[in-house]
Amino acid sequence: MIVQEMMKTDVVTLHKEATIETAWKLIRKHRIRHIPIIEEDRTLIGIISDRDLRDATPSIFHENRNLEELQKPVSEIMVTDVITAHPLDFVEELSTVFYEHEIACIPILEKKKLVGIITERDMLYTLIQLTGALQPSSHLEVKVKNIAGQLAEVASLIKHHKTNINSVLVYPSKQENYKILVLRINTINPQKIVTELKNAGYDVLWPKEAEVQQ
Amino acid sequence: MKKPVFIYSEQLLNYKFNDDHPFNHFRVKLTYDLLNSMGALTEEQVIPPLEACDEQLALIHDRAYIEAVKKAGEGDYDESASLTFGLGTEDTPIFPHMHEASALIVGATLQAVDMVMDGKATHALNLSGGLHHGFRGKASGFCIYNDCSIAIEYMRRKYGVKVLYVDTDAHHGDGVQWAFYDDADVCTLSIHETGRYLFPGTGQITEKGQGKGYGFSFNLPIDAFTEDESWIELYKTSLLEIADYFKPDVIFTQNGADAHFLDPLTHLCSTMKTYDTIPRLAKTIADAYCGGRWIAVGGGGYDIWRAVPRAWARIWLVMNGIEASGPLPSTWLNKWQKKSPVTLPETWEDRENAYKPIPRKQEITEKNALTLSKALYLIRNEKRT
Repeated sequence: MIVQEMMKTDVVTLHKEATIETAWKLIRKHRIRHIPIIEEDRTLIGIISDRDLRDATPSIFHENRNLEELQKPVSEIMVTDVITAHPLDFVEELSTVFYEHEIACIPILEKKKLVGIITERDMLYTLIQLTGALQPSSHLEVKVKNIAGQLAEVASLIKHHKTNINSVLVYPSKQENYKILVLRINTINPQKIVTELKNAGYDVLWPKEAEVQQ
Repeated sequence: MKKPVFIYSEQLLNYKFNDDHPFNHFRVKLTYDLLNSMGALTEEQVIPPLEACDEQLALIHDRAYIEAVKKAGEGDYDESASLTFGLGTEDTPIFPHMHEASALIVGATLQAVDMVMDGKATHALNLSGGLHHGFRGKASGFCIYNDCSIAIEYMRRKYGVKVLYVDTDAHHGDGVQWAFYDDADVCTLSIHETGRYLFPGTGQITEKGQGKGYGFSFNLPIDAFTEDESWIELYKTSLLEIADYFKPDVIFTQNGADAHFLDPLTHLCSTMKTYDTIPRLAKTIADAYCGGRWIAVGGGGYDIWRAVPRAWARIWLVMNGIEASGPLPSTWLNKWQKKSPVTLPETWEDRENAYKPIPRKQEITEKNALTLSKALYLIRNEKRT
């Protein structure tokens, strides 16, 4: 998936002359934490976060709080060294940027002009979608040898049951020569598929059965 | 004097996918027969259902979906087009006259609703209903038309009442939750095995509703291998507190019986103690808040010989204030033991130590208690302030 498909294009922005007070109002009104600062032609020149605003606001413990400071322009407190991305970047790459730079929001630029924004919340939502957890499904975990063709074999067995696969995750097993396939399959009754997988020699890690004393 | 009603006719058993399918409405007949053999059903209490019309189905479902179901049932369908409606899968295979069979179940639930809401019956039971996975435009999890959602929407429009929906099926009541997710007049409570491993995967504590409906969806996802004690603790506490917070006009319960330890599709370890508790508290809540108005439907339940008939019969017995314990009626046992592939239980109760002790019991109980307090956090907080 590319950034273009998940970014928000309806971005709340300010010009550099706007006051800190205006920025506070916008952040509260839209329940956001970042505002990109742009020129008339949408060229990005900086960004402010709720923390920057807080730093610029006198402490509530100060008597006679001098709120005149809130009339200063945002250009005085904005960060100008902004980490940005392009609409054609891959979502996976962007998640690494979020993680490594410990940031919470990335403005998306095309020819230096602001075209969208992605927050860590948007990122997380996209990852949730990738797991398939929002669609009705059963969760299946199969341990397979770390060789080519294993996923295809498991998938073709599921296809045989006319069962749709909502998502697939492949993660390394603690045993080096194995991988674990996590599949979300569109059925309420995975038992037949589980039995067939077991009969075909696969190690099905979940679902397990309760042991019943007969 | 008004009495509870039992919606039933043999035609309800036409909702049948195929002989090997785990969803088998023969369990409704087995329950009906069990109640009859102990003389718990009087003739005037049994009401035959009428098929729901398209307008009623369209209270929830897309017209295109209804048409697709009709066509599929007449053998006129395109495989790939059907699959986009969830029809023709292993879960919901296509079968002849599937529209009529599904619409009859919806009609049965609507009949239960009307009997109660028009004041003709104190409570009403439709064991063939409870198809809580059906979506607006898609069949899912053995369910074609969602009789629960349709009935709730029908009550909202026709009677303008606030509905408390209580879902004790082992699977999350997703179809109903999403249908009323932004509605503050429909409160949903679902207690189910955690979606981490069981279909449909949703029903997390954090699903609380949205917009005006925020705070009116409650989910208690419990751990695999949860037993009676912990299950009952969660059910009682949550239902009592939610009913007190929401103050419903009517209570609608979905009574899937698949949390039983014998159920082949789930991993919970309830026994008949749980299925004795469920209807008793539902009735208490109905009497305390709703002037007795209580509609109950069936749902999941895949051990159709040993678990479901006893569990479902309990609902009717509680509705009528009939107590039953000890041996099951011998006429029922003698009649059905010959046909059952498994040995039928001889008593209403399950044996003590019917399953191997669960080694993680304490951990599971703790985890569930935490889930309960998180799920009720909002309303407990509101009470304090």
